Amino acid sequence: MFDPDKLIRKGLPKGYFKDILVRSLLGGITYLIVLIAVLLFAKIIIDGAPALFTSKFPFVDVEFLTAKNETLHVFDDAQGTRLQLPASKYSEYLNAHSGESIYNEQTFSYSGGGIAGPIAGTALLTVGSMILALFFGVSAAIYLAEYAKQSPFIHAVRLAILNLAGIPSIVFGLFGFSVFVLAVPVITSTPSDRTLLAIPLLINDWVLSFQGWNSSLIAGCATLACMILPVIITASEESLRAVPQGFRDASLAMGGTRWQTIRKCVLPYSLPGILTSSLLAITRVAGETAPIMFTAAVAAKDDFPWQGLGNPFDILSSQVQALPYHIYTLAARIPNSEYTQRAQYGSVLVFLLLVAVLSFGSMMLRAKMRRKLKW
Amino acid sequence: MGTAIQIQNVNFAYGAKQVLHDVTLDIPDRQVTAFIGPSGCGKSTLIRCINRINDRIPDARVTSGSIHIHGIDIHRPDLNLQELRRRVGMVFQKYNPFAKSIYDNVVYGLRIAGVTKRSELDEAAEKALTNAALWNEVKDRLRSSATGLSGGQQQRLCIARVIATEPDIVLMDEPCAALDPLATLKIEELITELKKKFTIVIVTHNMSQATRCSDRTAFMYLGKLIEYGDTLQIFENPKNPQTEAYITGAFG
Repeated sequence: MFDPDKLIRKGLPKGYFKDILVRSLLGGITYLIVLIAVLLFAKIIIDGAPALFTSKFPFVDVEFLTAKNETLHVFDDAQGTRLQLPASKYSEYLNAHSGESIYNEQTFSYSGGGIAGPIAGTALLTVGSMILALFFGVSAAIYLAEYAKQSPFIHAVRLAILNLAGIPSIVFGLFGFSVFVLAVPVITSTPSDRTLLAIPLLINDWVLSFQGWNSSLIAGCATLACMILPVIITASEESLRAVPQGFRDASLAMGGTRWQTIRKCVLPYSLPGILTSSLLAITRVAGETAPIMFTAAVAAKDDFPWQGLGNPFDILSSQVQALPYHIYTLAARIPNSEYTQRAQYGSVLVFLLLVAVLSFGSMMLRAKMRRKLKW
Repeated sequence: MGTAIQIQNVNFAYGAKQVLHDVTLDIPDRQVTAFIGPSGCGKSTLIRCINRINDRIPDARVTSGSIHIHGIDIHRPDLNLQELRRRVGMVFQKYNPFAKSIYDNVVYGLRIAGVTKRSELDEAAEKALTNAALWNEVKDRLRSSATGLSGGQQQRLCIARVIATEPDIVLMDEPCAALDPLATLKIEELITELKKKFTIVIVTHNMSQATRCSDRTAFMYLGKLIEYGDTLQIFENPKNPQTEAYITGAFG
């Protein structure tokens, strides 16, 4: 027998306190995470801002961004004023005040001057590895999505590529070191002593020598590209598959070849998706330290990568500084003090801003493309 | 009147699943031939064999029999597949204009065939759009996106895109399935107009559509051709009891 009065509850709803408890616990955890993120950014911004920003126009410490990295000299001058000067200014000072003596001198490696070298290096590494990764990754994705038949073998290939994504970056670093730095073949007339195998080409005195690219920009780019290939391939394949089948049918049915169809009716529409995936990849490439430690990065370098080259292509074989590696050097390889903080937190802040700008840039590009290509 | 398409004893299978059993029919030139039948009877598969668009489906193939178009076997190894598809255009069930401008859609077939001259493309685009009864509606916005058009307009654009390359045969796979009655009516009028220039093969679920716009009708059921003849005869005086049951609405 249905008793309508039973619809009216007596007392609190069932599980009232339990619900409140669960709700506040879950909410608390969420806000704790947010708090940690906020603290992290606040710490970086508060400590990094003095290095990067100034109170006077143009409000940004241009020198920090454009000057080369130098050793910082800290000392008391004859009047007892504590001075902080990067190495080049320090020697100027000594020349100008040759008669005077200085006291309590301390030096801090890598902490003076600016971080133009690491910024340039990171930019070069990012651009180079993205070009490599997009070329190879998108090619592989087109093959997998458009040409390959769905067989167990292709399934295994795809699985192998996915597995690549799970490999720790330090392993990629070692792989890059043993392959790109030490083993890949180069054509040269003067093979190195440690070449693994040298095959004479019988043209001039050229030799195909398996001696690697040494620690260089190109070796670093190749290593980073290997690391992000799985991300690019998987995401590109997905966005290729997301293009309506009708486009392919229509193009083929009008007498388009496979490649015409892909180039005109599939690739343009999957580009926004591919860019989204490369956005993730860009931030990863710019941020990784381990893969470039053995393959491309140096802690100190007097010239910019493009300076002092015989021909423009030599830039590929020059070593570079890089922001993440610079931060690692500043944090772990030199003693910490109040004088090194400027360089440390400044670098971190610049690094974060750089990644943010890169991400924002690709986001805008993607939005623009998305607006143009809508179906 | 000549024969445009000659289908002889065609058996077709998706892997192990046979979907066409020994289908034989001749499709006449410059007429509208309709394929009717319940879902899954193989009529779409058959029409998709004629331009070999089924090729892209793995394991799908004609297992025996042959299809000749104006006397040429379309499965001969030295066939120019791209040229075949230019001669045999296809309009799909779901209108599928590219997300490009109206103009780029219409001239797509010409462009991939290597036509680059601007005046030639312009001329072909106007002609095709006029023939597809779309010119007056879109002539002022040829540069705007094709996806902004209404469903019926998009389907007529797809027809314009196909006839821009001046094919001999136009295959239409349920061209009105995604359209409302008014848009359907326009497409049907268009078909009647187009048959002066093209041989048209149309797959349809809609029997009144078949009576309205086709000259010949083929009734298919479970992968077999049950009956094939003049549309009037099929609908007024079907010889096969299955055909009669289907067109009177007893099943399907």
